[in-house]
Amino acid sequence: MNLLIKGGRVVDPSQNIDETQDLLVVDGTIKELGKGLKAPAGAEVIDAAGLVVTPGLIDMHVHLRDPGLEYKEDIVTGSKAAAAGGFTSVACMPNTKPVNDNKAITSYILTKAKAEALVNVFPVGAITQGSKGENLAEMGELKEAGCVAVSDDGRPVVNAELMRRALEYAKGMGIMVITHSEELALLGEGVMNEGFTATELGLKGIPWAAEDVAVARDVYLAEFTNSPIHIAHISTKGSVRIIKNAKARGVQVTCETAPHYFSLTDEAVRGYETNAKMNPPLREADDVAAIKAGLADGTIDAIATDHAPHHLDEKDVEFNLAMNGIIGLETSLPLSLKLVEDKVLDMKALIEKMAVKPAQILGLDRGTLKAGTPADVTIIDPKAEWVVEADKLASKSKNSPFLGQKMKGVAAYTIVGGKVVFKR
Amino acid sequence: MAFKHKDIIGLQDLTREEIELLLSTAENLKEINSRDIKKVPTLRGKTVVNLFYEASTRTRTSFEIAAKRLSADTINITASTSSVTKGETLSDTARNVLAMKPDIIVMRHSISGAHHYLAKRVSCSVINAGDGAHEHPSQGLLDMLTMRQKYGKLEGLKVAIVGDITHSRVARSDIFGLTKMGANVFLAGPPTMMPPGIERLGNVTVCKDMREAVDGADVVMMLRIQLERQGKTLLPTMKEYSRYFGLNRNLLQLAKKDAMVMHPGPINRGVELNSDVADSDQSHVLKQVENGVAVRMSMLYHVSGGELPTE
Repeated sequence: MNLLIKGGRVVDPSQNIDETQDLLVVDGTIKELGKGLKAPAGAEVIDAAGLVVTPGLIDMHVHLRDPGLEYKEDIVTGSKAAAAGGFTSVACMPNTKPVNDNKAITSYILTKAKAEALVNVFPVGAITQGSKGENLAEMGELKEAGCVAVSDDGRPVVNAELMRRALEYAKGMGIMVITHSEELALLGEGVMNEGFTATELGLKGIPWAAEDVAVARDVYLAEFTNSPIHIAHISTKGSVRIIKNAKARGVQVTCETAPHYFSLTDEAVRGYETNAKMNPPLREADDVAAIKAGLADGTIDAIATDHAPHHLDEKDVEFNLAMNGIIGLETSLPLSLKLVEDKVLDMKALIEKMAVKPAQILGLDRGTLKAGTPADVTIIDPKAEWVVEADKLASKSKNSPFLGQKMKGVAAYTIVGGKVVFKR
Repeated sequence: MAFKHKDIIGLQDLTREEIELLLSTAENLKEINSRDIKKVPTLRGKTVVNLFYEASTRTRTSFEIAAKRLSADTINITASTSSVTKGETLSDTARNVLAMKPDIIVMRHSISGAHHYLAKRVSCSVINAGDGAHEHPSQGLLDMLTMRQKYGKLEGLKVAIVGDITHSRVARSDIFGLTKMGANVFLAGPPTMMPPGIERLGNVTVCKDMREAVDGADVVMMLRIQLERQGKTLLPTMKEYSRYFGLNRNLLQLAKKDAMVMHPGPINRGVELNSDVADSDQSHVLKQVENGVAVRMSMLYHVSGGELPTE
């Protein structure tokens, strides 16, 4: 199947392109970028006038809940949500049941994804066996089986010595460590950000120090071991500062934030809104400002959703009992486009954080429209307005704090390997 | 003026006029409690369910007596020993209780916000008898009623609240209520028990120590220190707590002459309140308990759609 995407604004940071061009896809591969390209016989032509054509977006942090927790989400529904959100690739975290700490689980994910998923699925294996924080997982085998990184996401590696060894060992195996950096003793029984809102609501707070202390530790361990490290879902101004300083002195640290950390504050919890409950928690206005500044100055490399589907029964409960996490795949693009509208980022910088950098960090041959690469393309309609409605979301779970809210910007086409997997 | 709320979840949600109304009605209803036959037919035929997810003696008893004196039928459900152990959700428990057509659910729950959750899901009235560290509106009202009885007003009073502010729903309801009524609230407690931003809740001053809070106070409200929390890194010892945050006769000299000493109970004697103060004429602890019944009668009456009796 050949495809000519005509007249769109092509934004490809990997080639420093931002201009109106045509894109030709032949046999699932990018063939050519240029002006006035002619469609080969039989090729489908997409008129992309007024639309933005970018390398396929990559969400490097999602929870597909498969195997074991399919009542929340599975590889198929998760991939549909990804496609609807404009993502051509996702990296799925290993906190499934059982944990993806061995090649059997990795193979299961890859096999099912290959057969049934609409988008590319790249598994992330565990750092430690069962993500229990006791013994290193078989990272070599995980990598060979197809894992693109290791992480115990959902819980931190509490033992600093074990984290040191994980970084050293992973470096030797050539696999990236993604940390969930959090000091559990400071988390305590906290259920939302510690601050005025928590005081008013009488809810136990999670101090910013719970994140900052752990980010600092992990950055120092990466520096000490001279290893790369990727810090997941940063939410505080302190994390931005620590990582900025570390980058300045040459530490191989990258990081991501999630759309909710630059879109919402802990005020969203008011009314004991369980769809605003996640970990790390929504922070305060100065944190949101620092996250935006970190995105703008390049401290924050990537935007990833931490898509965390939960069943209604796990959210429709008293606040303290509700599970942490929100879905994000279908709202990430408009929330991130808002950064462009608000002039925090230009379109190129945004696509860099949603496609180019995630590919680089995970070592994927994607995130680019260079000739010869797999034809993963997202065509964005940046002006379309729509409302987030539960029954229209592709995800199996509907736990979003943005339900009922108006969004601007949407994926018009999501193209994976030259095939249109989603069309609005 | 009619009371427009279906529920009473917290004093934060009420206006000054509504608080005034609840207090005036309580003052009027109080007289019933000293009658020979302590019963009026006001809520005859109404059913009040006391749904308690947390142990409570005085609050539950007080609500039950209040309902009975208004001729309502009362049922007590101690949920901690029934539904929770069976794994029933609050939502399901509420639906089951609702199926029995109560008019009012009086609930205590250990989780802040549980009443918001419940009130959104039931058609009957919900009265908060304490939710987590959030609010305890009947306590706040009875505290204000007790102060008003002595001083005739709340406006301009200096009220010191001392103890574990972070974990206290009494402190929050007192702060919301008192500052709305024009009182000046001064807080003291260990820094580990002083939540961030508390001074933004109203006209609230966080004091550097207890002396500053008590100095010139009209009312000294001592909070119960939760002995069971002591092991959780917040305090060195009860002895040290008592030394810096306990009220004794000497310290009370700093307050206005004849200042009121109050405590939501139950008292830890010798910890937050010395016996020389607890048993003195300045202690209004039992008056608080007495007023609790009247205030709860007022709350039950108003959520049932009662009109203000003409004075």
